[in-house]
Amino acid sequence: MAETEMLMLQDVHKTFNPGTATEKKALNGVSLTLNSGDFVTVIGGNGAGKSTMLNAIAGTFHLDCGILRIAGREVAHLPEYKRAAFLGRVFQDPNSGTAASMNIEENLALASRRGLPRGLRWGITADERARYREKLAALDLGLETRLSSKVGLLSGGQRQALTLLMATLKEPELLLLDEHTAALDPKTAEKVLSLTRRLIRENHLTALMVTHNMKDALALGNRTIMMHEGRIILDLNAEQKQHMTVEDLLAQFEKVSGLELANDRMLLV
Amino acid sequence: MNISQLFNQLPGAVAQGLIWGIMAIGVYITFRILDIADLTVDGSFATGGAVAAILITNGHNPWLAVFVAFLVGLAAGAVTGLLHTCMGIPAILSGILTQLALYSVNLRIQGIGTDLGSRANVPLSVNKYKDMLVSLRNVGSFSLNNPIWLLLLITVLLIALMYWFFGTEYGCGLRAVGANRQMARAQGINTSAGTVVGLMISNGLVAFSGALMAQYQGFSDVSMGRGAIVIGLAAVIIGEVIFFKLFRNFGLRLLAVSIGAILYYLVIQVVLWLGLNTDDLKLLTALVVALFLAMPYWKSRLSIRKLKGGVRHG
Repeated sequence: MAETEMLMLQDVHKTFNPGTATEKKALNGVSLTLNSGDFVTVIGGNGAGKSTMLNAIAGTFHLDCGILRIAGREVAHLPEYKRAAFLGRVFQDPNSGTAASMNIEENLALASRRGLPRGLRWGITADERARYREKLAALDLGLETRLSSKVGLLSGGQRQALTLLMATLKEPELLLLDEHTAALDPKTAEKVLSLTRRLIRENHLTALMVTHNMKDALALGNRTIMMHEGRIILDLNAEQKQHMTVEDLLAQFEKVSGLELANDRMLLV
Repeated sequence: MNISQLFNQLPGAVAQGLIWGIMAIGVYITFRILDIADLTVDGSFATGGAVAAILITNGHNPWLAVFVAFLVGLAAGAVTGLLHTCMGIPAILSGILTQLALYSVNLRIQGIGTDLGSRANVPLSVNKYKDMLVSLRNVGSFSLNNPIWLLLLITVLLIALMYWFFGTEYGCGLRAVGANRQMARAQGINTSAGTVVGLMISNGLVAFSGALMAQYQGFSDVSMGRGAIVIGLAAVIIGEVIFFKLFRNFGLRLLAVSIGAILYYLVIQVVLWLGLNTDDLKLLTALVVALFLAMPYWKSRLSIRKLKGGVRHG
């Protein structure tokens, strides 16, 4: 299979609050290319620029400079809602990815129309409903019988699983996962993570996943990048990952950054 | 205190409640669906009245008058929406600015064709304009002339229309904008455009309601919208408190808001009959709405206190 470029960042820069006391160089020359089917995990300490990079791709803010292509299209000038046509997103906060006051099927119907024109046809059809029931049943969370329940009634884990399903319902060019298991208890996090893996594998998705968990970062995907001070300082391919332990990774980090990694937010297990 | 006097007042309260109910549905769209407190409505209600009055006194059909009032209401909502989304002014302030500006605009609209070019009040005598849609003159009668029938029909049609609209792909998107803007953008919905459209629809309905009110009361006045937002909120809250546990369906909830407005006017009639001075009415309304708005906050405070107590005992 020929490798097609799905994401390309080239020398991307972003400084927040330039010229003020709170100036922060969040992205400092990031270059990264993902090919079709790549599943890349992203690690790094607090303020390393991991989430900022994901938000830069999603269009939460505009870049100071640099090139940004998604599936071969220049998107740096597009607003967030237009880039959504290419992107599936899952956020750290389980409340962010779903509309609490709308019910499960309405949330799914909104997601299945991502990037499509929304007209005056009825918002949800009977065929869709059957399809959603099937997809929800595959999550194994008992949600298939609760299509008309308000999403606000679901647990954090259920909401995150639903958000994942929504992000992949209409196949995205790129799936952005921003520490999407960080707010969940370990058991639920494990479940959501295995669901993530399954959905990515089944749909042959290209994905970028930020995590604080180094073990997960090494175990998942075919590539791991480490960020520090708005730059990518380490890039491991599938083979390098296989021979890497968490301890090796820490040693590497110290070597490359010259810093000891004493960050309690970074999970070493 | 003559009880039959009160009974005579009740049909009028129902008719007024139905008209304000349409306005309250507009408030519900911004306040509950879009999650914005839009103060434009105090101005756009009077704008609706002014537009309708000036068209009717110039010999136009009253149906056309309410339709044009609706269109002008859409424009008023668009102004607030653009102040908010294109100029970054907080929603509540955008509404206040438009409302203030509309006061002058309404004086000018009502002044069309006069020497001064500005007028605070336009009389709409039912004797002179016999084809007006609703009038309080017939509100006590049992005939089909009674405005309550037409108002009921309009309310039902309007609720059906809103139920349909907010069930469409586009309408669902608008609800998502109010429910979670971040999620809406992630699903490819233009939240700025959605906010503008929501404000437009809301103010369109409010102006439509104002156009009916001018005909019903037989005049349009530049200050007829004063405190409209509070009356709208009162109707929304009364509807929610009494019916929302029972009514899960969106259409029924809009109906609940309309009934809320009717109940509000019935209660007002009763307290007036009990001897309350009309001048104190707005104070009373503000107090009641403040109390009901405080309810969810107080409830959460109460549950926190219970939680603390529970920990201490456990």
